[in-house]
Amino acid sequence: MKPFQYLRPSKLKAAIEMVSGDPQARYIAGGTNLIDLMKRGIVAPEKLVDINHLPLKKIEYKTGVLRIGALALNSEVAAHETVLQKHPLLAQALDSGASGQLRNMATVGGNILQKTRCTYFYDTALPCNKREPESGCSALEGINRLHAIFGTETENPAKTCIAVHPSDMCVALAALDADVLLSGPGGERRIKIADLHRLPGANPELDTNLERGELITAVEIRDNAFARNSHYLKVRDRASYAFAIVSVAAALDIDNGQIRSARLAMGGVAHKPWRLIAAEKSLEGQPVTESSFRKAAEVAMVGARGFGQNDFKLKLAPNAIVQALLTAAGIE
Amino acid sequence: MKDEEIPAGEELVCGVENRFDEDRRYFLKQSVAIAGLAFVPGSLVAGGENALPESFGDTENVKLSIAINGKKHQLNIDPRTTLLDLLRERLALTGTKKGCDLGHCGACTVHINGQRTLSCLTFAVMQNGTKVTTIEGIGTPEKLHPLQTAFIRHDGFQCGYCTPGQIMSGVSCIREGNAGSEAEVREYMSGNLCRCGAYPNIVNAILEVKNSGEKV
Ligand SMILES: Cc1cc2nc3c(=O)[nH]c(=O)nc-3n(C[C@H](O)[C@H](O)[C@H](O)COP(=O)(O)OP(=O)(O)OC[C@H]3O[C@@H](n4cnc5c(N)ncnc54)[C@H](O)[C@@H]3O)c2cc1C
Ligand code: SF4
Ligand code: FES
Ligand code: FES
Repeated sequence: MKPFQYLRPSKLKAAIEMVSGDPQARYIAGGTNLIDLMKRGIVAPEKLVDINHLPLKKIEYKTGVLRIGALALNSEVAAHETVLQKHPLLAQALDSGASGQLRNMATVGGNILQKTRCTYFYDTALPCNKREPESGCSALEGINRLHAIFGTETENPAKTCIAVHPSDMCVALAALDADVLLSGPGGERRIKIADLHRLPGANPELDTNLERGELITAVEIRDNAFARNSHYLKVRDRASYAFAIVSVAAALDIDNGQIRSARLAMGGVAHKPWRLIAAEKSLEGQPVTESSFRKAAEVAMVGARGFGQNDFKLKLAPNAIVQALLTAAGIE
Repeated sequence: MKDEEIPAGEELVCGVENRFDEDRRYFLKQSVAIAGLAFVPGSLVAGGENALPESFGDTENVKLSIAINGKKHQLNIDPRTTLLDLLRERLALTGTKKGCDLGHCGACTVHINGQRTLSCLTFAVMQNGTKVTTIEGIGTPEKLHPLQTAFIRHDGFQCGYCTPGQIMSGVSCIREGNAGSEAEVREYMSGNLCRCGAYPNIVNAILEVKNSGEKV
């Protein structure tokens, strides 16, 4: 591992200055993703700015908004009373991720900004446009069983990336329409979780729309009517401790057997947490039946495409959507 | 010994004797560090985290105050040292195992401030001011921890390599209240892999201790 200078600021402003002015500097929170990348030589910061002593750990509820500090641990959020009561979907997604040990280390901010698990991204001997811009995408015609089916563009091989964002938590946050609060050299701003991550487009090396030095300070979720009928379904290769092949966050606001509104998002299918807005709309005003859910799943799959090994996701994804909705509705 | 029970007046231990490359430059730095110790307030070790300096040390040498199994240590370390390597290579606490070194297997599980974590995925310097408990800290050959006894009774291991991690994780699993059923234990112990496949016996050992109501 390349040597680095270790810095431990206790003030937000100081931390931002340390990273925004230096392209070789990096924030570190739980370290569960970054240290892995550093050990493998994929990321090699010269300066490591430990943000764990910034006051960003609180989980608070105020007038209809739950605010979760960026340094709150995944395990703390999943066990928090207000989260369990108002947004059980988020707790469920968090509990399905990683392991007991990792959830005790992983932070909310780090979880949002974790890198893809595409094996070629980690294999420095092979081309990868995300790791090494313009080098090519090994997954396109390689092992792509776990790769994306939505939001991919493959016309330009030097720009292609079909990797997925691996977070479970972000899928729930997308369905809950959360805001992410940022603090950077230019001040503070607020961004929808759906706008934070990006599709690869012409810059597969960029995962997010954050600017250099911007720090996630918190996530906010507004009150909603979905707590009673929500479900996070994670389909994976083993019963526990594996990344999602596909996952679905489903939430319904049901009134007298009719769907007043719905929220749907998927994981394991795109370069970002994939919100299914058209499918959500298609559920509005519909009866709570399996056939309504099937129709929504059909709408959701418009534009999906496979790359060979992951073709099975074209069938698995709609089935998972239906199943998540059925469970959310309490039908099955 | 429990994490909380650090004897108040215990001597600070310095890691000089375990350092292999004791060149002169290092010796000088270390001497300075020792001289500086007299002024280090006790609260630094006890978790007075906000009193920490923003920047200190250089790229090969940073200061670390850490309590391991109730013993306080003041060390100078390379910031690249993971907590796992600190325990094994520097402090000769080899009970904590290195399996994958990438956060996948759970062999390196230790408790930091009472919570189970992976020592291979954290830099030791990030744990400044914390209290770490390793397998050496939860029981002794004369007085085993109840879960250690249960592992023996249930044959919860074969080669034994994953065992320290399993036990540290199992203790937490019970403390967290996630050992209510076989299914729950399997789910909440999924971060600890066992190549020998001793899983059924590990689950039984954990359930037995949980159901005995014994304090872990
Ligand atoms: C074996 C294993 C299995 C896993 N399984 C799952 C799983 O099933 N589901 C899942 O969702 N995740 C899983 N994970 C991933 C895990 O959730 C992430 O590693 C973790 O959430 C990252 O959080 P962290 O605080 O440790 O981030 P770090 O490693 O500290 O940081 C990650 C990145 O975010 C940046 N960063 C961190 N905090 C901030 C901030 N506040 N502002 C700006 N930048 C910041 C860092 O600079 C770094 O680039 C798994 C990980 C491992 C090792
Ligand atoms: S899918 Fe993306 S991350 Fe994977 S090899 Fe292709 S460019 Fe790299
Ligand atoms: S050695 Fe740490 S998880 Fe494998
Ligand atoms: S006992 Fe051999 S790895 Fe678990």
